[in-house]
Amino acid sequence: MSACPDKAMLIHGLLDGELDAINAAACEAHLTTCEGCNAEYQRLIALREALATPGVAHRAPERLRAGVEALIGAEAGSEPARPIRRAAPWAASGVAGLLAAGLAVMLVLPQVADNGLEQQLVASHVRSLLANHLTDVATSDQHVIRPWLNGKVDVAPPVPELAPEGFPLVGGRLDYIDGHVAPAIVYRRRAHTVNLFVWPAERRLFDGGRMVRREGYTVLEWTAGGLRYAAVSDIDPGDLRQFKAAFEAHSPDPSH
Amino acid sequence: MGERKPFFRPRLAFSRDARPPREPDHARQFREVVLPHLDAAYNFARYLSRDPTAAEDIVQDAFLRAFKAFPNWRGGAPKAWLFAIVRNCFLDWVAGGGGAHKVLVDEGALSEAQAQALANVADPDQTTPEEALIRRREAETLRAVIENLPEPFRETLVLRELEELSYKEIAALTAVPIGTVMSRLARARQMLCDMLQPQGAALQEARR
Repeated sequence: MSACPDKAMLIHGLLDGELDAINAAACEAHLTTCEGCNAEYQRLIALREALATPGVAHRAPERLRAGVEALIGAEAGSEPARPIRRAAPWAASGVAGLLAAGLAVMLVLPQVADNGLEQQLVASHVRSLLANHLTDVATSDQHVIRPWLNGKVDVAPPVPELAPEGFPLVGGRLDYIDGHVAPAIVYRRRAHTVNLFVWPAERRLFDGGRMVRREGYTVLEWTAGGLRYAAVSDIDPGDLRQFKAAFEAHSPDPSH
Repeated sequence: MGERKPFFRPRLAFSRDARPPREPDHARQFREVVLPHLDAAYNFARYLSRDPTAAEDIVQDAFLRAFKAFPNWRGGAPKAWLFAIVRNCFLDWVAGGGGAHKVLVDEGALSEAQAQALANVADPDQTTPEEALIRRREAETLRAVIENLPEPFRETLVLRELEELSYKEIAALTAVPIGTVMSRLARARQMLCDMLQPQGAALQEARR
């Protein structure tokens, strides 16, 4: 007992609710009289029920969900800044407003600028975690990365191997930070990635560096030897400090 | 610097809070309209690539592209729109040599990992541990059988049966006429039924 060959498409169409009313009625009528076609129809229904078993369709892993969330946050944040227009209401409310606006210009604007920078750093970090984005030169050999960077950027940061300290060197990449083409040196901490961005320092930060948490990522910035460093990762802030200490311990100190 | 606390620059109380906490409208809208299809996008990418790691990369990449293209989205079904982007990301991954050097995974480890993943899947109408176990096995078998379908039949079947796209949507997405979608789907179902034949009967029994 087999289905009528000329009815096969109609049966699928009926199952999928894709037939118009006339064809659907005709097909249903046929099923009541043709055992073969009816058996085929029942078989397809059973298949559909089986495919609806929970666990057949994959669900996005939590890590992916978190990654996409962070991506939206980072990308949304890197859009043209809005805070500027907040200054207007203060300015409009007389002397106190002017004073506040003056303070705001002094104290808020540098903050806003830096927020933009950290937003950029986090966005670059998140982007680097996407497919095939992490490294332009994938090597754990520091003697390969330095010459590779040499012709491409105007900074020559130290590229120490930190595997003994628990941060193996993965490779290097070119990125664009704060108006500079900046190298990103990529390290790993277990399953996590640390991006270390380097560009010329315009001013000195305090020796302890500056740590900012944003979208679940930690940005640790410091300056050394005329260079500005920013390490970005989702590892524990304590681990990131440890990374900075290891990096500094293995870098030749240019200030001596 | 050792014991010193992380250094934070002083901030005016309002310097931080005064910043509008809300995101640009289009990010909020993106979360409402596109993000709910994350599971579907992953499912699609996963069955296309048959590689869990690649599927995550593809979906991340797709969401980045989708977010950037979102201001140009002209309405219509967001799921089909997102799927078109996922599919392009998948094709880029293939073009980039992805899948060619597919890692062979130890079967035992795979089913264990799958079982573990499945253990996390909420199953509202499970009653006994035995029944849950049978369902889990069923799901595992079905996943394996779908993965064994050749393309383009696998893609068509997943889009129709798991993601419930219409013939028209599938035709637009895969750039073939509706007639081709129909014949692919019929063929895919036929192959699935054949592969499930021995288990098929048992499956039906178990459900009774």
